[in-house]
Amino acid sequence: MSKTLLDIKDLVVEFPSRHGDVIAAKNVCLSVESGEILGVVGESGAGKSTIGNAVMGLLERPGRVGGGEVFLEGEKISGLSQVQMRKIRGKRIGMIFQDPLTSLNPLETIAKQLIGTIQTHLGFNDADARERAISLLDQVGIPNPSERVDHYPHQFSGGMRQRVVIALALCAEPEVILADEPTTALDVSIQAQILDLLKKLVREKGVGMILITHDMGVIAEVADRVAVMYRGVVVETGPTAKILGNPDHPYSRSLISAVPRPDVRLHRFPMVESIEAAGERKDLDLSTHWLGKARDFGQSDGPLLKVDNLEMVFKTGGMFGGGSSIVRAVDDVSFDIRNGECFGIVGESGSGKSTIARLVTSIYKSAGGSINFAGTDLTKIKKRKELNVHRRQMQMIFQDPFSSVNARMKVRDIIAEPIRFHKLASSEKETRQIVDDLLDHVGLGAKAAVKYPHEFSGGQRQRISIARALATRPRFLICDEPTSALDVSIQAQILNLLKDLQDELGLTMMFISHDLPVIRQMCDRVGVMSKGKMVEIAETEELFVAPKHDYSKHLISLMPSYTGLMNKEDAQAEAGQAEAS
Amino acid sequence: MSDISNERSSFLTRFRESDLWWNFKGSPGAIIAATVTFLMIFGAAFANFVAPHNPFDLATVDLFDALLPPAWEDGGKASFLLGTDDQGRDVFSTILYGSRISLIVGFASVGFAAILGIAVGLVSGYAGGVVDSILMRIADVQLSFPAILIALLIDGVARGIMPRETHDELAVYVLVIAIGLSFWVQYARTVRSSVMVERNKEYVQAGQVIGLPDWIILVRHILPNVMGPVLVIATIQLALAVITEATLSFLGVGVPPTSPSLGTLIRIGNDYLFSGEWWITIFPGGALVILVLSVNILGDWLRDALNPKLR
Repeated sequence: MSKTLLDIKDLVVEFPSRHGDVIAAKNVCLSVESGEILGVVGESGAGKSTIGNAVMGLLERPGRVGGGEVFLEGEKISGLSQVQMRKIRGKRIGMIFQDPLTSLNPLETIAKQLIGTIQTHLGFNDADARERAISLLDQVGIPNPSERVDHYPHQFSGGMRQRVVIALALCAEPEVILADEPTTALDVSIQAQILDLLKKLVREKGVGMILITHDMGVIAEVADRVAVMYRGVVVETGPTAKILGNPDHPYSRSLISAVPRPDVRLHRFPMVESIEAAGERKDLDLSTHWLGKARDFGQSDGPLLKVDNLEMVFKTGGMFGGGSSIVRAVDDVSFDIRNGECFGIVGESGSGKSTIARLVTSIYKSAGGSINFAGTDLTKIKKRKELNVHRRQMQMIFQDPFSSVNARMKVRDIIAEPIRFHKLASSEKETRQIVDDLLDHVGLGAKAAVKYPHEFSGGQRQRISIARALATRPRFLICDEPTSALDVSIQAQILNLLKDLQDELGLTMMFISHDLPVIRQMCDRVGVMSKGKMVEIAETEELFVAPKHDYSKHLISLMPSYTGLMNKEDAQAEAGQAEAS
Repeated sequence: MSDISNERSSFLTRFRESDLWWNFKGSPGAIIAATVTFLMIFGAAFANFVAPHNPFDLATVDLFDALLPPAWEDGGKASFLLGTDDQGRDVFSTILYGSRISLIVGFASVGFAAILGIAVGLVSGYAGGVVDSILMRIADVQLSFPAILIALLIDGVARGIMPRETHDELAVYVLVIAIGLSFWVQYARTVRSSVMVERNKEYVQAGQVIGLPDWIILVRHILPNVMGPVLVIATIQLALAVITEATLSFLGVGVPPTSPSLGTLIRIGNDYLFSGEWWITIFPGGALVILVLSVNILGDWLRDALNPKLR
């Protein structure tokens, strides 16, 4: 029989600041039962982690609990002193953090850390504690635990380390486990294993788990019930299938519709306009607009970009070249991009996909091979002036919206820089007009020109970055993980914007991402990268339906099995069936 | 933040709304230090108007007023608030005039060191490789000599090759170069490490994709982003430079006694310290301590205020 373990009632968390109190959590009510996983989902700044910290009494100063109560098995634990809380933390509520590297002490063996925790909470003697530590490691699936227990954290891989952290959380047989983004720092394949483990442990031990995450895929995989948070408020709570399939609250609906679907390619993401205010974009007439000028690059036959046998090596270490080693970042890569298409490059981190982007844009020098852009081999060009003619035609959008624009420059100067440098406008007045136009066009509004980047959110900064890329009137746009630092709803908006721009301006795109569903939504053809090599190039649909190379098959199989919002009729039909049965 | 309808913000309002100003208003230490520093700089800059006497105008100096104690001691005159020195010069006025020279040398040598150090740091950090190795080994060599020793060396060389009168005239410039040359390494190292972080950031690559030449990227994009730490070092080094100047002048290799700095005044007073005329050395010494202390406190505060980790 399941019982309510943790009950949070009307919790309010405030952060006093110079601009007045910021309410990080407002009247939050959540409860978790034994053997249940409650998913708390929301975008950054929604207050998910704050709730976890408030329950544990770990709020960072100057944050404070402004109201509400927390009960653990009917016993009130909010308002306890730090000393009393210490007896509850770890013993009755276990915690699993995001980064397994920092949650373990690198200077102590696993045994020492586990035994220490066990003895603190359960008062076992050394031998019993060690035995328990070994059995815990066994439970979390660490092979050969009696030997591994004496190893140091650095001797474990990322996934194994997270298993150790889970064992650490289980040490004192807690009733409730708080997991704060437990798989975010892990690779997809390891994420799946850890989620399985968590699910199994919760069922076996009958503990309650609150799983905080931003990832809908994770929620779909393990959560029994879901609470959706938005700006400190729980907007909706319900069973996972209901929330993911047919949520009631408009925010939940737009959040879920913004998750890129792995199964079908849609032309645009629906219903994401309400999330971050973006100005109206007007349709533009290319025949009269500045962006349409000099678009006639002359018709060339064949692909716009043709890359052959591209090589790139990084040398590491060694002053004066001594003791250096060589890393093959790009190893004999060939592909071509046709005029007007969107070519995707997908691969795990370190596979060399970003290096290709930097080679094509001549930021890095290649060690071999050729890069033909509109019929000219860029690797043969020595003079900067000659190179700049081609550089003007290709621009890049970067991953990190916070470092890709210079924080010390006004938005106007950031966007005007390429126009001034390439002398694309006849006067300063015209330049300003163009900048205002571009800002309008990416949905920021011309008033943004006189502000500094720090006044904008991540998504808005990415729009600045896009406006800057458009300012040279390029025909070829390289997007290097343009949305991986953004929340999912903002991602949907930016991807929509990129699609619109591509349609309007007839851009050719190279789209780099590690995120398969995003690739599926954006690209016409895809190249799969692994360890510096391009192992497969295929039409997008073909790759997702029938991958040929083993590595592609592996990647596709790890994709979350999440299938978007049901449309209303289906949901009603299902509800009807449920009632009938 | 997302409110785009906000009006255009001027520099002053941006400064008033900035965290720096807010932080400043909340730390009394910084306010006191800033006030004291400002008063001393003001007094030095406008010594002609602030000082009750002109100690270097021989027409107003009277040898009969020599070695008068401070006004509150027996035998003190009200017109000489802090007493007079062996030539009858008003100590309060000489402090004002003296700190002017100290501060000029301090600011100029810090400016000289900063320009040299920032330039070396930018090139070293951005170019990397062999250029970086060579420049940084030079800096290491420089660091292995104490600053005072370098300053003494340069001053000694300057004395050797210049006739005495010329040297007295140029003493201030020699000091500035001597102190500046021994201080540039700090800037070079700090700027270099900041540049190495910044150069891999995406806004630099965005500049490269646009096709901007390296020097524009360096000056327009990287330089403004590495100025924070430079500002902190400059403040702390200002105090150090003033002390170094005072030390050199005390040792007799700084500015000549005809246009004394704080260090020179302390040296002059030192001769009279044991014959009971303590005020000639204590007051310039006190002024030096207060100046250096408040500049240092200001520098410390600035470092903390600009460090996001400590905020």
